[in-house]
Amino acid sequence: MGERAKKLKTVRLQTPVTPEALAELEIGSVAFLDGMLYTAREGIYEKILTTGETPPVDFTKLTNVNFHCAPAASQNEDGSYNIGAVTATASFRFAKYLDRWFSETGTRVIIGKGGMSQAHYNELYVPHGAVYLTTVGYGTGALLGRGIVGVEAVNWLDELGIAQAMWILKLKNFGPLLVESDIHGNSLFERNNKEVNERVEGLYEGLKPPALARYGETRNKTDELI
Amino acid sequence: MIKAEAIERASNEIMAKAAIDIPDDYKSGIKSMINIEKGDLSAFVLEAMLENWEVATADRRPMCGDTGVPRYYVKTGNEARIEGGFVELEHRIRRATATATHNIPLRPNRVHPLTRQDNNNNVGMNAPEIEYSFEPDADWIDITTVHKGGLFGTDYRMLFPGDGIDGIKRFFLDVLLAFGKRGLACQPAIVGVGLGGSKDTCMMLGKQAACLRTVGSHHPQAEVAKLEDELKQLGNKTGLGAMGFNGSSTVVDCNIEVGYTHTGGMPISVHCFCLSSRRATARLHSDGSIEYRTDPEWFTPYMRRNTVGRDGNSVLAGAAE
Repeated sequence: MGERAKKLKTVRLQTPVTPEALAELEIGSVAFLDGMLYTAREGIYEKILTTGETPPVDFTKLTNVNFHCAPAASQNEDGSYNIGAVTATASFRFAKYLDRWFSETGTRVIIGKGGMSQAHYNELYVPHGAVYLTTVGYGTGALLGRGIVGVEAVNWLDELGIAQAMWILKLKNFGPLLVESDIHGNSLFERNNKEVNERVEGLYEGLKPPALARYGETRNKTDELI
Repeated sequence: MIKAEAIERASNEIMAKAAIDIPDDYKSGIKSMINIEKGDLSAFVLEAMLENWEVATADRRPMCGDTGVPRYYVKTGNEARIEGGFVELEHRIRRATATATHNIPLRPNRVHPLTRQDNNNNVGMNAPEIEYSFEPDADWIDITTVHKGGLFGTDYRMLFPGDGIDGIKRFFLDVLLAFGKRGLACQPAIVGVGLGGSKDTCMMLGKQAACLRTVGSHHPQAEVAKLEDELKQLGNKTGLGAMGFNGSSTVVDCNIEVGYTHTGGMPISVHCFCLSSRRATARLHSDGSIEYRTDPEWFTPYMRRNTVGRDGNSVLAGAAE
């Protein structure tokens, strides 16, 4: 890692991440993972939570880390898989699934892009003792791809396609990730947004508003859009 | 005659180059941003990106897991002749897209918008898009592929002449703040601005300005070039750095493209090309040779249609060369 990374704390986590390890995480730390994770996004959430299909694995025995990801991958003729790069997709779209998902799967770590809103951390994450790790960049797909050392299984590949299927991936030094939220619901993005919001008014100073306004628009640049 | 086989081979090659190798102009731009970035988290992110690009090139692995939605820009010399014509060219480009998606591999991002059907090869109805342009006095063809992400960082608005530069600046800031928080725009980005035209051409010009012009380039018309510099400076004052962390790294460069528009309007579009600014170009010559580069050289004087005639002798008032 580069010079500026030395100013940040670095932690290495083994999956499943224990409640003790989760409690020790501080926002703004750099994290690397060893063990296992699974990918799940709207395709999987819909299938299990909305359609009510039985999960293909027992999550409590597998891992408690859910990656909001669709990998750049392909299947070889012998049935094996070729994983190139992996990065996250924006997580805020999946908030509506997470309360039940945490309850039913025991998942406690979400890896994604962009974090969630403060309200989502308070209502969804804190009650379950869950945290959010954000990918860096976005995104460091090649670095994260190097951290995947094997494909344990791919579920619902034919039905959902490569992007939406559930990939179960073995990890070694998978990162860098940043601790975005801790078990108390503190959030790195929220902290940064507050500082940016304090300067917004000055940024627009002297710029007159456009002649024609638009419906559905918030004029307040400090409003949360996710 | 440019052979169909060469078109398919070159298309496969640029698909890989675009997905894997970050263009030098963009990388240099990021390096110079790190030097002036005061925010440690933002600087950490940019350093991680530099490391990521090295790993991508070393491993021949895509630099980002979201490999965007591949599309093509074909510039044809007026004297170029293609084996099988343009129908064969499109066929070869579509086949190369499917092959490259599997071989590199790319993420099969293209799905039916309603049924979500995924062919697992980035090919489908009206996909990949192939846009065409022409170049006088040339017998080569340029094939450029761009793999831009598709969800965040783009918006359009109809402004009016009275809104003036204020209106442009406001909308520019609106887009950067809406998508720059939490880094959804994957900044620092090459920000393309389309100004004028009709709604569709306004969007097209802005997207092409983001994806087909390099860091450090300027529009040939002085007034437009000045606005490019002003918007770049303004965009880096929002307080947003990489991933939306506090900092000054949002706009690597601002490229504006202009189209004459309705006298009562001033439509504007803003497009952020992400931290994985994937573009690669192949020039296929009639003698069979192929050259690769990262600057698409899309906006030639002829492309901007600065003149009434084809010879450049009848330059429009106010238009640069």
